[in-house]
Amino acid sequence: MTSPVVELEGVTRTFDSTPPVEALKSTNLTISSGDYVSIVGPSGSGKSTLLNVLGLLDSPTEGVYRLDGTDTSQLGERRRAGLRATRIGFVFQSFHLLSHRTATENVMLAELYGGRDRKNRKARAQESLEKVGLGHRLDAFPPTMSGGERQRVAIARALTAEPSLLLADEPTGNLDTVTSEAILELFDELHRSGLTIAVITHDVDVSLRAQRRVRIRDGVVTEDTLPAKADTGQRSEWDALMERESATGDELE
Amino acid sequence: MSDEQLIPIAPLDGKPHPVVATSHFGFRDLISEAITALTARPARTLLTALGTILGVAALVATLGLAKTAGSQIVGRFDELAATRVSVEPEDRSFGADQRTISVIPWDSGDRLQRLNGVKAAGTKSDVDVGSRLARAVPVIDPLGQTEFQVPVIAVSPGTFAAVRTTLETGRYFDEGHNDRADTVALLGPNAAARLGVTRVDNTPAIFIGEQPLAVIGILEDTSREPDLLSAIIIPDETARLYFGLSAPASVEVDVEVGAAELIGSQTSIALSPNSPELLRVQVPPSPRGVQDDVATDVNSLFLLLGAISLLVGAIGIANVTLVSVLERTGEIGLRRALGATPGQIARQFLTESASLGALSGLIGTSLGVLTTVVISATREWTPVLDPWLPIVAPIIGAIIGLIAGVYPSLKAARMEPVNALRSF
Repeated sequence: MTSPVVELEGVTRTFDSTPPVEALKSTNLTISSGDYVSIVGPSGSGKSTLLNVLGLLDSPTEGVYRLDGTDTSQLGERRRAGLRATRIGFVFQSFHLLSHRTATENVMLAELYGGRDRKNRKARAQESLEKVGLGHRLDAFPPTMSGGERQRVAIARALTAEPSLLLADEPTGNLDTVTSEAILELFDELHRSGLTIAVITHDVDVSLRAQRRVRIRDGVVTEDTLPAKADTGQRSEWDALMERESATGDELE
Repeated sequence: MSDEQLIPIAPLDGKPHPVVATSHFGFRDLISEAITALTARPARTLLTALGTILGVAALVATLGLAKTAGSQIVGRFDELAATRVSVEPEDRSFGADQRTISVIPWDSGDRLQRLNGVKAAGTKSDVDVGSRLARAVPVIDPLGQTEFQVPVIAVSPGTFAAVRTTLETGRYFDEGHNDRADTVALLGPNAAARLGVTRVDNTPAIFIGEQPLAVIGILEDTSREPDLLSAIIIPDETARLYFGLSAPASVEVDVEVGAAELIGSQTSIALSPNSPELLRVQVPPSPRGVQDDVATDVNSLFLLLGAISLLVGAIGIANVTLVSVLERTGEIGLRRALGATPGQIARQFLTESASLGALSGLIGTSLGVLTTVVISATREWTPVLDPWLPIVAPIIGAIIGLIAGVYPSLKAARMEPVNALRSF
């Protein structure tokens, strides 16, 4: 059995407002090495909070979060930042590329804070870009690229630090269906090569690609035990549930 | 992606692993990130820097021009006053009586000539001729005035060089004339005109009272003692023998540039070793003092203007850095996600604003030096600049950039990555 990359034990995140908001309630979640997990839920469900906690951008108020076995609640900001730099790769809905820098330079940003040697940084960045199929766009600037290409650059950036966990937040949210499909195929490919992936989405098609599905609603996380999409008999029920939830989410947005 | 990089670092005892990587942001990366950010938008960078550029340029040009102008004024002083030392007897009171006792020796010129730095020296005394009038020829012309009240001045041969006279015609008297107390005289141009002497090749005679004197030369000009121009000038010994001059009244010294103060301090001892306090030595004001006075006058106003433009420049940098922090909120969020600590974010923006300030200082210094040179060239001055100025000015620029960047950097560092990422 593979070792756990992520272990959440009774993780609670409360925001100090009046009245206090419990965005995440006593959550237990384990993501093992090589898992492909989708986290689904409507807006306001605590999805973003879970993402931020998983990405070490936010700390739980209670509970224990172990990343690669390291209890992150014991760490100071420098070490938490160091973990972000070396063990977590982020992919965002809006790509977050710097428009004044080439694709290669954008990917090279990922190693800025990780403390790896400068010498081969460019070579590693180009290797990552080739891995996501952008070997021909190394020196292109983001404004001249399509949405799909930009998201590939972002994925290459997340991969270049060779993270333990790839955290994707609505990775296809700004893309059309065809491009989305290509990006999801890339995720499948990365999953097959052994990468641990957590995708946060409200898109049913995206969540169905994952091998495990976790639902979150009102801060409560439940693992969906429904079988993967290969089992067509159960799928429509799941679809209906998800579509209802995403509709609610859209209204809130 | 191989599995190799997925090795967990979980320790056996479950405590935090001691070798968790810390976030790291190297100096070279810091500098290259700052330069990349500044060159991404060159036009904006230049406009931001403009205030500081002008401020530093104003400061450098002000200090440079003040220094240059100060040096020019001192240079002009050198020509006339800075190389002149004169000695007069000190007024001393004896009981109720106030008299001037001259202790100036007759051989003052020779004594001072031996001092290193003295170019020429000689005595000069007004000769009291009483009511005796001067005339050129012993002829009584009933129609015109032929006798005049002309001042008589006794000098030693070295005095002509010491007061920088030029000769219209004839020659100066020399040590021989002086030693023998020859009855010779030189005429100032005005005195020559009044007495009607125009040529000396036949050594015309003039009379002071009944004392005849042979005119051997006529002066053209002097740059220091204009009273020589309308006087009859005779040797010291002649004045002593025929007109009862008891002691020289003053000593004139022409010194090398820069030697005035030193010679001034040595003169009284050289002339009167036993009672140097009886002599009053006049030296030109210290060149350094003159220069400083001028520099201070010119500086204070323009330095104030320079300081104000520097302040405006600093506000400009602070303002644009703040705007850029707000614009780059998404980038800040991304960097935090990529592993930057708040401190590293602050350091990055501080480095950017300090680099911008240093760049402004460098450009401003160049402009300031250029201004100094161009203005000096149009005035035909020699540009003079303190050597530390071009080094210190860019540092001032960097410090201004650093100070201006403090608030925006803190603001950037305090941004919550979660919120910052959403704002893209």
